[in-house]
Amino acid sequence: MKQLFNFIKKEFHHIFRDYRSMLVLLGLPIVQLLIFGFAITNETKNTNIAILDNAKDETTQQIISKFENSDYFDIEITLKSNDEIEKEFKSGKIKLAVVFQEDFQNELFHSNKAQIQLIADATDPNQATTLVNYASAIIQDYQTDLNSENKLPYQIKTELRMLYNPELKGAYTSVPGVMGMILLLISTMMTSISIVREKELGTMEILLVSPMKPYLVILSKVIPYFVISLINVTTILLLSVHILGMPIQGSTILLIAITIIYIFCALSLGILISTITDSQLAAMLISLLGLMLPVVMLSGYVFPVANMPIILQVISNIVPAKWYIIMVKSVMIKGLGISGIWKEAIILLGMTIFFIIISIKRFKIRLA
Amino acid sequence: MRILLFLLRKEFLQIFRDKLIIRMIFIMPVMQLLILPNAANFEMKNILLSIVDHDHSEYSKKLIDKITASGYFKLVNSSQSYDEALKQIEQDKADLIIEIPANFEVDIIKENQSNLMISANAINGQTAGLAISYSNSIIREFNSLIRTDWIVQPRLNPLPTIEITSSNWFNPKMNYKFFIVPGVLGLLVTLVGFILTALNIVKEKESGTIEQLNVTPIKKYQFILGKLIPFWVIGMFVMTIGFVVSFIFYGIFPEGSFIVGYLFAGVYLIAILGFGLLTSTFAETQQQAMFIAYFFMMIFVLLGGLFSPIENMPDWAKVLTYINPVSYLIEVMRMLVLKGSSFWDLRFHFLIVLGFAIFFNSLAIFKYKKTV
Repeated sequence: MKQLFNFIKKEFHHIFRDYRSMLVLLGLPIVQLLIFGFAITNETKNTNIAILDNAKDETTQQIISKFENSDYFDIEITLKSNDEIEKEFKSGKIKLAVVFQEDFQNELFHSNKAQIQLIADATDPNQATTLVNYASAIIQDYQTDLNSENKLPYQIKTELRMLYNPELKGAYTSVPGVMGMILLLISTMMTSISIVREKELGTMEILLVSPMKPYLVILSKVIPYFVISLINVTTILLLSVHILGMPIQGSTILLIAITIIYIFCALSLGILISTITDSQLAAMLISLLGLMLPVVMLSGYVFPVANMPIILQVISNIVPAKWYIIMVKSVMIKGLGISGIWKEAIILLGMTIFFIIISIKRFKIRLA
Repeated sequence: MRILLFLLRKEFLQIFRDKLIIRMIFIMPVMQLLILPNAANFEMKNILLSIVDHDHSEYSKKLIDKITASGYFKLVNSSQSYDEALKQIEQDKADLIIEIPANFEVDIIKENQSNLMISANAINGQTAGLAISYSNSIIREFNSLIRTDWIVQPRLNPLPTIEITSSNWFNPKMNYKFFIVPGVLGLLVTLVGFILTALNIVKEKESGTIEQLNVTPIKKYQFILGKLIPFWVIGMFVMTIGFVVSFIFYGIFPEGSFIVGYLFAGVYLIAILGFGLLTSTFAETQQQAMFIAYFFMMIFVLLGGLFSPIENMPDWAKVLTYINPVSYLIEVMRMLVLKGSSFWDLRFHFLIVLGFAIFFNSLAIFKYKKTV
């Protein structure tokens, strides 16, 4: 037991000596959460638009000033002719052009019909949809004011309710995602690299011929990363509750419990990777490309899994982070209890056992 | 010059000897271009819908038909009560609930107004927003259908109406992949160039061979050029693979000129390789280099406008995107591929990236010391 303790101490020394990596490990989740929480928003604000007013009458002026006063848009340029529109789009200055027909006011009040054309830069289709929606709403607003004496008949009103996240904060998707990712980074990537490094440098053999049992050697490698993972989880949770304003709805103990299961799963995966690779670079690339990318892409962290082609949906099932992120969302945001997450927990436990069994098998072969 | 040639030969030999790097250069870009645009899809097609119909009238049935026929929604079940539907959302079996109140039809006709309630799982704000705007536009359409049914035509005194037409330029079919593929291409070029350069020099440090190079009469600039040129070539090569893959699998062919594209990528690669060099001067081991590289890549990508529009960011974050080289490449790629922007349209992008190239490389040369 004392031996194990000494080994763990050695590992901690190794880790803390490398202050640059430590800085990244502890700083990365914080920076990421802050970016996600404050920089990346789905709100449209101050988007640059161009106005082409072919009529220049009172009505168009009124509509233009409505655009001017809205928070969504900033009028970047006033164009003079149709030919200029394409040029402005190509230089990337504007995202939307609002074109008023000639003789707008006259047409509107005499033929009762006048036209406004909205031209959107659909390079980003979702942004284009949103901008056209907002611009239409502004124009329709003006029209309702115009016809305020005549109330529209037969109206269906919709009442919206945004469940769990009424302010549509970005933190609600990013916190579970960042947790799933950072734990994998530390527990899987760091663990596998640190074991493989001993192999690469030849010190692994020295460790194995020492009176320490092999599993204790591995255990002493794993425990420090387990501790660092827990530190990170604590910072992430503190940050998300106190700075990002995202409270834990369910039980904190349950959240910690599933997190520990996930860390075990990630650590065993790290050990598995270290048994099948011989170089640090290979371990890194496998962890980074084989694990990080699927976590970001397939776990449902950023992109909804339901939109993906069937084959990717099937593959997403073998990504441990997917199950973890579902559980974190259920407990932290929806406030569900153990009855809501037991299936995912069993899947994750099963994966962990699977990884450990394979690692043990591979490990023995290597020693023989 | 001869020394440089020898150095280049050494670098290329070392690169091509490493099977892993070869795989990273050839297979990774193809895999990523195949998977990423398919995974990163915000084109909502299968929003899982749960309907609570308390009315069971002709209108409510018509509305449900209209919603399910739109192609955006998949009706997973019709619940008896709101609580039952909420359970579906809790278990992630539904994304959206539409609750039709009792007397829906009667209220519309007699009271001139009726309320629908839409509840969305808003954990992911972006998808919830899209789901709501789709359902709203369908309901609006349904509403105007009812009106035409009931309003006696022709009206003697029609109201002045503003007709809004909209057109979507550069991507008329609103294909989300057209948006994401050029961005991913830019990301790949960055990833390969930056990480390989950063790791390469640190590897020489770790294995001690850098000292052997330092004691030779090789000049600083020769050493750095010897490191930069091979990865520059690889970066350009990866971009070419990317163009081929995006043409074959997505039918994306750049609207703009290839010459401008390669010219920009050339300048950009010098900048990002310089940044890789700079990273390597800060790291002692490959593990460290990897972490520092990972840290910067993460920030570059998140603040690069790959998935979320830069326009929506707060001012302080916008400032960060101005000093983020990746955001320029992603933007230029999109402008070039989708809009066919010319060299003149991109002149400022060129200047800025050129500035980055000079800045990073001078700093890297300055930081790199031949003594240990």
